[in-house]
Amino acid sequence: MSTGFHIVVLGSLVPDLLQTLEPVQGPTGPALKNEMMLPAVLDPWAAHALFEAAHLAAKTPGSKVWLVSLGPKAKLQQLMMSIAQKVPFELVAIDGPSSGFTDPTEVAAALAGAIEKIPALDRTRMLLFGGCASASRDAGVTVQLVGERLGVTDQFLAADELTVSAEGTFTILERVEGGKYLVSEVAGPPCAIAWATGNLPEPPNNPQVGMQNMRTLMPALQKAQPAQFGKQETVFHSVEIPKQERRTRIVKDVPIDEMAREIADWIKG
Amino acid sequence: MTIETILFVAHTEEDGSLGRAALECLTGAVELHRQIAGASLVAGVIGVDATAAAVAISGCGASKLFAVSGPEFAMSRYASDTAALDSICRTSGATIIVAPATSRFNRAVPGAAQRIGGKIDTHVGGFLVNGAEVTIQRGYYRQRMIATLTRAARPWFVTIDAGLFPKFEGAAANTPVESLTVATSDAFNRTKVVGYRAPEADAQTIRPDANLLFVAGVGWTKKQADGQVHLTEAADIILGFLDKSKASLGSSKSLVDQSTEGHNVFSFMSHLNQVGQTGATPRHAKGLSACCHGEEPHVVGWRFIGERRAINLDANCGWAQGKTDVLYIADAFALVKKVGELL
Ligand SMILES: Cc1cc2nc3c(=O)[nH]c(=O)nc-3n(C[C@H](O)[C@H](O)[C@H](O)COP(=O)(O)OP(=O)(O)OC[C@H]3O[C@@H](n4cnc5c(N)ncnc54)[C@H](O)[C@@H]3O)c2cc1C
Repeated sequence: MSTGFHIVVLGSLVPDLLQTLEPVQGPTGPALKNEMMLPAVLDPWAAHALFEAAHLAAKTPGSKVWLVSLGPKAKLQQLMMSIAQKVPFELVAIDGPSSGFTDPTEVAAALAGAIEKIPALDRTRMLLFGGCASASRDAGVTVQLVGERLGVTDQFLAADELTVSAEGTFTILERVEGGKYLVSEVAGPPCAIAWATGNLPEPPNNPQVGMQNMRTLMPALQKAQPAQFGKQETVFHSVEIPKQERRTRIVKDVPIDEMAREIADWIKG
Repeated sequence: MTIETILFVAHTEEDGSLGRAALECLTGAVELHRQIAGASLVAGVIGVDATAAAVAISGCGASKLFAVSGPEFAMSRYASDTAALDSICRTSGATIIVAPATSRFNRAVPGAAQRIGGKIDTHVGGFLVNGAEVTIQRGYYRQRMIATLTRAARPWFVTIDAGLFPKFEGAAANTPVESLTVATSDAFNRTKVVGYRAPEADAQTIRPDANLLFVAGVGWTKKQADGQVHLTEAADIILGFLDKSKASLGSSKSLVDQSTEGHNVFSFMSHLNQVGQTGATPRHAKGLSACCHGEEPHVVGWRFIGERRAINLDANCGWAQGKTDVLYIADAFALVKKVGELL
């Protein structure tokens, strides 16, 4: 019997989080100004999912990690340069927009379609990983939509921990209201987990891992199929940068007792 | 033109009643119903005994009430929740489904939308009705942009964040509650919900219902004017203030990153406290920040904080750039301690 997990991580690029973004009207709907030029990073929560996947695969012989990414081919290539040295994975690239304004249903269809075509993937051993929300659409739905399409009925959102018992069952901790965790036990794979931060630090760059990944990265990028999106059914009336400039009153050179009283009154009031 | 059927759907809490997020969301659904010409409102509840909770909200104007009850629907589990949602949505013939953005529904509602062939928008922050057209507002790029949009596709699932509407209140009506039978499947048995794990007693610092959010930054762990770090004193001041103010505790990323890497001793803090672009975006009437710089990736997490004040030694910190209402230039160790004494 084959052992180990087949871990499929969904994750793509988002504009660097320190960038100032400006919305513009593109040919098919809203877009970001100079979108192709903006420096991009792997979506933070998806990155945590990837690190958790690699960690689990390293501990479980016979496991393998795929990273399924939908984005403009050229930008995906740049992104791979920054993450290829982190952990071992095989890329499945889909050429298409990485915009937050695309519809998650269409994105999920493209991702599920690509997963179904992975020849070596044993879906009875599959763990579908992703971030609990993207830093682009920020909807928190993609993993569930893809999982549902692939018939995965054990799903978890905003997980910070997955432990595998000697018997092969899982214990999963999900973030819920009030700073608590919901603890669930699952019989085993297949299972879908949308990760929050998890517990692992970002792995340091490892040139050997980079070399190993590179062998499959370029062919995967060359093979990237274009995603076929239908006409946007969503109508965006406006996209704006929220106006949250406040007129800041700066209080300084005032005795500390006076400041304290002012703050205490404000809290009580 | 579509004649809309609006379905409000919710799950019960452990005590069998509907929670705050659900009752606020119901007010939103009732508002929507009032504004869309010719629309009808129906409601559905999932829980151990969902009928009682459905009766409790029967005064909301819903023409039909549905309940999916049973011990297998007591807890938050994807397989059973999606099956229950599927049944309620199909039976009701809903075109717009309005659901609270609780952790349980954030997980299950997208799956149900996919199963039914609907579209979904999450974390909706408000809606506007213009004749028969419903438009919603939601954030993109981690709150760096706000979009106003509409969809033609139905069924349309919309999840609503807490804190947008007042809680629904209304006397029960005599609308009968229709109990729906949802076949249990083997899938229900694959995931067993064990229960909750709460943080240690002294770490219960996240209080979603608090009036005030108190955010600590990494300055609490930095060398102070005397060239020393004062971790124990910082911990005492922060905990003392939380005790007096009953505030919920937030953190900058830098501070909780330190904690998890073992450099730090703030046992009462974890990544769950992190506010910002890669953390939480909590809703509180007031927010007070201390020893936090106020950089953009942090402050986007303050989007739903009403009145804001900050304490920093540095008059040129990020908060000074129009991000807070008042900025106190002071030593937070001394000032927060004093404020705690006055509360
Ligand atoms: C991809 C990405 C995502 C990010 N996401 C987040 C996020 O979600 N949340 C987040 O918070 N950050 C996030 N950041 C990090 C963010 O950019 C800042 O680095 C971080 O918020 C800084 O934390 P800080 O203000 O606690 O620390 P610092 O910037 O070090 O500020 C410490 C402050 O404490 C003040 N101070 C020191 N001693 C005292 C004293 N005695 N009294 C008063 N003031 C004092 C100092 O003047 C200083 O301003 C992200 C960054 C990136 C690149």
